[in-house]
Amino acid sequence: MRIGVFTCHCGENIGKTVDCPAVSKAVADIPGVVHSEDYKYMCSDPGQNLIKQAIKEKNLDAVVVGSCSPHMHEKTFRKACSSVGINPYMVEIANLREHCSWIHDDIPSATQKALDLLRFAIERVKFNEALTPIKVPVTKRALVIGGGISGIQASLDIANSGFEVILVEKEPSIGGHMSQLSETFPTLDCSQCILTPRMVEVYQHPKIKLMSYSEVENVEGFIGNFIVKIRKKARYVKDELCTGCGLCFQKCPIKKVALSEFDEGLTTRPAMYVPFPQAVPNIPVIDKSVCTYFKNGKCQMCKKVCGRDAIDFEQQDTFIEENIGAIIIATGYKLYTIDKKPEGSIYEGYGEYGYGKYRDVINGLQFERIASASGPTSGEILRPSDKTVPKKIVFIQCVGSRDESKGFSYCSKICCMYTAKHAMLYKHKVHGGEAYVFYMDIRAGGKMYEEFVRRAIEEDGVKYIRGRVSRIYEENGKLIVKGEDTIAGLKVEIDADMVVLATAMIAQQEAPKLAQMLGVPYDKHGFLQEVHPKLRPVETSSGGIFLAGACHSPRDIPESVAMASAAAAKALVLFGSDVLEREPVVARVNESTCAGCFYCKKVCAYNAIEVKEIKDRQGNVLKVVAYVNSGLCQGCGTCNATCPSKSVELIGFKDDQIYAQIHAFAEV
Amino acid sequence: MKFGYYPGCSLSGTAKEFDLSLKEVIGVLNSNLEEINDWSCCGASSAHILSHLLAVALPARNILLAKKQGLNNVVAPCAACYNRLLTSQHELKLDEKIRIKTEELLEEKYTDGIEICNLIQLFEKIGTDNIKALVKTDLSGLKAACYYGCLLLRPSEITKFDDNEDPSSMERIVNAAGAKAVDWSFKTECCGASHSFPHVEIVEKLSKSILDNAIHHNADVIITACPMCHANLDMRQKNIIKHNAGQKSIPVLYLTQLLGIAFGIDFNKLGLNRHTIDPAPLIKEKIKRIQLREAVV
Amino acid sequence: MEQVTDIFLKRLIDITSQNPSQCYQCGKCSAGCPVRDFLETPPNRIVRFVQLGLYELALTSASIWLCAGCLTCTSRCPKNFDLAKFMDALRQIAVQDKIEPADKKVFKFHKAFMNQVKKHGRSYELGLIRDYKLSTGDFLQDIDAAPSAFMKGKISITPHNIKDKEKIKKIINKAAESDSP
Repeated sequence: MRIGVFTCHCGENIGKTVDCPAVSKAVADIPGVVHSEDYKYMCSDPGQNLIKQAIKEKNLDAVVVGSCSPHMHEKTFRKACSSVGINPYMVEIANLREHCSWIHDDIPSATQKALDLLRFAIERVKFNEALTPIKVPVTKRALVIGGGISGIQASLDIANSGFEVILVEKEPSIGGHMSQLSETFPTLDCSQCILTPRMVEVYQHPKIKLMSYSEVENVEGFIGNFIVKIRKKARYVKDELCTGCGLCFQKCPIKKVALSEFDEGLTTRPAMYVPFPQAVPNIPVIDKSVCTYFKNGKCQMCKKVCGRDAIDFEQQDTFIEENIGAIIIATGYKLYTIDKKPEGSIYEGYGEYGYGKYRDVINGLQFERIASASGPTSGEILRPSDKTVPKKIVFIQCVGSRDESKGFSYCSKICCMYTAKHAMLYKHKVHGGEAYVFYMDIRAGGKMYEEFVRRAIEEDGVKYIRGRVSRIYEENGKLIVKGEDTIAGLKVEIDADMVVLATAMIAQQEAPKLAQMLGVPYDKHGFLQEVHPKLRPVETSSGGIFLAGACHSPRDIPESVAMASAAAAKALVLFGSDVLEREPVVARVNESTCAGCFYCKKVCAYNAIEVKEIKDRQGNVLKVVAYVNSGLCQGCGTCNATCPSKSVELIGFKDDQIYAQIHAFAEV
Repeated sequence: MKFGYYPGCSLSGTAKEFDLSLKEVIGVLNSNLEEINDWSCCGASSAHILSHLLAVALPARNILLAKKQGLNNVVAPCAACYNRLLTSQHELKLDEKIRIKTEELLEEKYTDGIEICNLIQLFEKIGTDNIKALVKTDLSGLKAACYYGCLLLRPSEITKFDDNEDPSSMERIVNAAGAKAVDWSFKTECCGASHSFPHVEIVEKLSKSILDNAIHHNADVIITACPMCHANLDMRQKNIIKHNAGQKSIPVLYLTQLLGIAFGIDFNKLGLNRHTIDPAPLIKEKIKRIQLREAVV
Repeated sequence: MEQVTDIFLKRLIDITSQNPSQCYQCGKCSAGCPVRDFLETPPNRIVRFVQLGLYELALTSASIWLCAGCLTCTSRCPKNFDLAKFMDALRQIAVQDKIEPADKKVFKFHKAFMNQVKKHGRSYELGLIRDYKLSTGDFLQDIDAAPSAFMKGKISITPHNIKDKEKIKKIINKAAESDSP
């Protein structure tokens, strides 16, 4: 092999501490090196030209550059070399800056070290092989899991760019929690008024295939090439025939049994129902668990009144397979329980606040439903117990949040803002009513957020008390709230008519299961994990799978929308090319020595190792070996380290390359 | 069933009726209590207020005595003793420094291995079915407010018993005895504890709130399983009534006394005559003496 | 935990195994404290004094003596801070350092109790009441309760001495030596 070595001074960065000319001269004597020179700025155009010149004149096979970190200019030098016919993977960088001149003061020893570093690179490059980047085709269709505001935003962004989107939502309607809200902070916009146009846009978009009342059943494949199996749950209604006239659920006789999920248990809904009037799609669903027909074969009232014969009690769940290039997870959140913990649950619940026993102690979403014009009380603030107007209302922040003993250590971010909003809505609707907020801190960091909270205090007269509440109990129809104002150092006891607990935002219960299906890491709270918290907040370590919204961590609507658009952008980057090029630093199995023990498959964090059958011409299976899917492999090398027979090697980091470096080191 | 028995100082003194009624009831339930030989005070509140070492060492001495006597299941009816014994056990297990100091002080090695239970757990072990089977008196007209106090349930990491905000274990025993446990809001509120002497005004205020709430929830009687609570709610009730015009009286019974009444045992044998607020008139009014069944063992 | 150079803090951490910096002053302890109305300084503020290094303010407060030891604070604290144990530790340190207790009655009561245990191995009520009243000069309280309690056999005339009472005395004396700083 004919190796050329180029030592860069990097101005004073390397040149001040390392005697580059001396190093360049010494390196010329190493066997295999046919050309060696040094220059002030190797990455500059003239510098690169020196390399290109030398390659042509001296007929070089491989190039070693002593320079700054490969993170900086490996690409530069590889590009330069490949422009004159050298395979980019025959270029090795010795880091003489971050690993040498920037960390040592003594010139003789730094110079010696620089020489050694170049020597290691030279010995290594002798074992390099020419490699081609892996090309993977890209299916330009996106899957968005979750039809809340994040999922809706991401779907619209991708669809408006001209690519097809499959939007899967597990509830009968899209809209998510935002559709349950009354007004949103800090503008006090009516939530449904700003959301429903988006929902309709999704429904009508020619590029969006909406699969409501459906769930992702299985995902296989890899970035640009996913195969997704989706379960379309049976509504017992033929959606192609249903017009949304509503007769069926109006006439359904089972009206008082099932609690309304949309109204957070404050009211009941019929067995045949649409979650809310503006549901998209406006196609009802039968709740099998309470429907008379499914329990004992009687009734069928819905079928009788349906003018389109759209009711189909025999309907089954159907499965659909789709080819997908990018996946966006937008499954959102749920609220921490105020009830007693169910058996085996990790959630404690709050006994000191009644364990859900007191009907007038409610959570934030329940208050939203009460305050909503379309809610169970038509927007009037009324006590759930006796439907009277509460004259004194208490809001308690941080219930379950910032609580290591019964809840979670983290802050749920939105509660300070929505509590101020709730208090303001109450004051606007109940003239002369008294509102108290028990808080520990006020977190109002967004645009116009601080001003919003001050408005609640200064203009609307909400009384803020700094301190936690120890206990709530009911006496004579009033809720006795025992708190403390730590600023004044005084006990505060309020006989409230209603108490609203701002409970923690937590991950959806099925989030870990979905994450495992997709190979996406999640934290101990069930929130999905990003690749890099600062610089790559919407990507996961699984290529082609992105995150949007509260499934990642607690956040408000503007942040969710921004994150959704960011995730959509990432998907569009993927769709920007027909073919995906990946670094060829992947694992490779030597099938003749592989014993098929699959230890490598067990340790692979990216599910990149498959089982491959080696067959003879008659189709008989001769042996079973491991096979690396180069589309999924991230080149971590764990399989290489694990294989007992040394049958897996990491291309670009093969054992012989590394041993060469080690031997060179041993000679120091 | 046999249990090791740690009476504690109050059951030998001001809470004598607790000891008497417990022994009567245990007899009927065909179980027996073996008292720990030469047991000493657990230190109660005073030890842990004044000295960490004594607070751990004094209970430890009794645990070691029980072990030597081969008593692996010890019942401590006094809630304070129960709590101190458990806390000492807990600290000796987790904190090596205090264990070494304790061993030096007691001049013997500490090893664990005994189970300490409270009064309610004792009856749970015997079984509510066995209790029901022995009930001779119809107490269905008696509404009882079960008062747990502080030390039976808290802290839950150490007692690991019932739900410390919404307990129901005592209610199950009371219902098994045939009385009707009522729902009320002051089950676990503090009565004032050892402030009974130095600051009786604190006890009067705190205990009054408890009495008021029980009365407000239509209880006829308060059932307790702690001698300190009993003293504060019963002995001090006289002055609470004296200092508060219109204050109604409500008798306070030990859980063992309620069981004794259910089993048809003579009131004086149960020590009901030792109370400040005499429960006998109310009980007599509320119960119907019907022989339900012969005691089946 | 960071190396604790502050001696007082070190003693506190030795007894309680927890650092007062854990407390974020939410006030839930004070909100649920049954003796709150009798306290000039609420419990969370006592922790605040220690956090600020104002140890004397904590040790000389009446709050640490008026604490009833009900454990409500400990059981509800969202930071799992054992405030009851913290109060214990402050009292124990005050005793060790011979700091004048701000509430003498409570202190004398418990001293009288331990004296009984030292003498007899168990608490002897008549002796306790006698010793306490002698030390506080408070003779009138309970004067009405005592005779009836006596008649009902609640208070025995003579103390019960356990066999091993010398050992108990030794233990209590040795502990006092060990506790002095």
